[in-house]
Amino acid sequence: MLREEILTTIEKNSRVDVHELAVRLGSTDEMIAAEMARMEDEGVICGYHTMIDWEKTSLEKVTALIEVRCTLQRGQGFDGLAERIYMYPEVKSVYLISGGYDLLVTLEGRSIKEVSTFVSDKLSTMENVLSTATHFILKKYKDHGTIMAKKPEDERQMITP
Amino acid sequence: MRNPLCEKVVNIKPSGIRKFFDIASEMKDAISLGVGEPDFDTPWHIRDEGIYSLEQGRTFYTSNAGLKDLKIEIARYLKRRIGVEYDYNHEIMVTVGGSEGIDIALRAMIDPGDEVLIPQPSYVSYEPCAILTGAKPVIIELKAENEFRLTAQELRDAITDKTKVLVLPFPNNPTGAIMERHDLEAIAEVIEEHDLYVISDEIYSELSYKGDHVSITQLPGMKERTVLINGFSKAYAMTGWRLGYACAPQIILQQMLKIHQFAIMCAPTTSQYAAVEALKNGDEDVAKMREAYNQRRRFLMDAFKRMGLECFEPYGAFYVFPCIKEFGMTSEEFAMAFLEEEKVAVVPGTAFGDSGEGFLRISYAYSIDNLKVAIGRLEKFITKLRNK
Repeated sequence: MLREEILTTIEKNSRVDVHELAVRLGSTDEMIAAEMARMEDEGVICGYHTMIDWEKTSLEKVTALIEVRCTLQRGQGFDGLAERIYMYPEVKSVYLISGGYDLLVTLEGRSIKEVSTFVSDKLSTMENVLSTATHFILKKYKDHGTIMAKKPEDERQMITP
Repeated sequence: MRNPLCEKVVNIKPSGIRKFFDIASEMKDAISLGVGEPDFDTPWHIRDEGIYSLEQGRTFYTSNAGLKDLKIEIARYLKRRIGVEYDYNHEIMVTVGGSEGIDIALRAMIDPGDEVLIPQPSYVSYEPCAILTGAKPVIIELKAENEFRLTAQELRDAITDKTKVLVLPFPNNPTGAIMERHDLEAIAEVIEEHDLYVISDEIYSELSYKGDHVSITQLPGMKERTVLINGFSKAYAMTGWRLGYACAPQIILQQMLKIHQFAIMCAPTTSQYAAVEALKNGDEDVAKMREAYNQRRRFLMDAFKRMGLECFEPYGAFYVFPCIKEFGMTSEEFAMAFLEEEKVAVVPGTAFGDSGEGFLRISYAYSIDNLKVAIGRLEKFITKLRNK
């Protein structure tokens, strides 16, 4: 269970260092370090990211969710097309989805125009892509389980115990 | 004009550390480790159920003992968690917080002159509630060397032929002490021998970090002489909803219900609907919060060890109770100086009885980030004291 305990803890805050993890989980530095290394090896831990609210910076960023409907490729299923799409660095994520369409692509660009150009020039023209629908993200309320709004202050009152 | 006041009430001494709290609550930039309630919000699905009940217009009284559905869920919960069966219809009532349960249990069982045993350090309401019934509170001073558990010998020494009720406050606020099965077995023998009744305040039962909480009602012969007090405040982070419950043999519960009926009518209806959801679908929330508290507890114990601050390892509630006797100050002096110099509020152990002298209650109902800052300041403060 140590593995799952480590993951649930660092999922929220990947900056917790090995020693603090060991203390908090009632383990040892050595065991935590070894388990982390194993998980990185096995690809259980795939990366350590920083959650950024780009809205609050001077960098312009536009994010779009794109629904892609496609036809299946012989012998490859969806994997071949998915790979062709995710090789583009501006593509942040690609999911195979059940329901009304097949792939959900997250795309990041500097402007609406840049994103639309990518969709019309690159994505729509791919063989096997039947149609796309592009949704621009206007505001992020919650991302990766974190609510983006300012944290409220501690409103608990000091009462005589 | 005649004196408008009741002597019994007037004679209850106000909390000696009032002044300390007034100063602490006024200090805007102080960090507090003083609060005795969860830092988590009530899980959303529980709040949502409360809101839904309001939307549905469920704003009437419930029956005095509480919603039938809630009592059934409480019975199921107790069966599931401690393996004890209570008849929802005759042995369970819903109260306004655990505190009401303590009050009416004492009122239902005590005649003037009866003695009530109260182990201290403990929650502040037992003694005044006992006094209001006309009882003579008899304090048992728990000791650090026993990890603030109640021993059979301590219990035996406090019993007279007037002793009627033992208040059993574990997991304990403020010490974080627990009673394990063998501790309970030892005192159960004495309880039976002297035919005592027990008010077992198990409000922190879900916050136990050394295996599952053991309730005294699980021991043979004990359920019959115990009023079990529990509630939603600590386990589900529902302090403001003011909801608890009491479970007791019918003969006691029906008298408690009488007082409740005339003094309170019924517990808040919205809270009761929310609580049904808490018991039905809240086990996972409780487990998550317990794990978060446990991590903080280990973090604090490690920090104390590192700075050489004496503290027994507490396995319950969300408090640690470090010893500050090495600094030659009273708990209140220490807490006051710490507040003034480092702007961190902790509660002097004496707030919970004389036997809390030489100790501090530090609450870990705070995020790890807050605890880190506060512990940094504590280390600075005690280093200063040691170098004096």
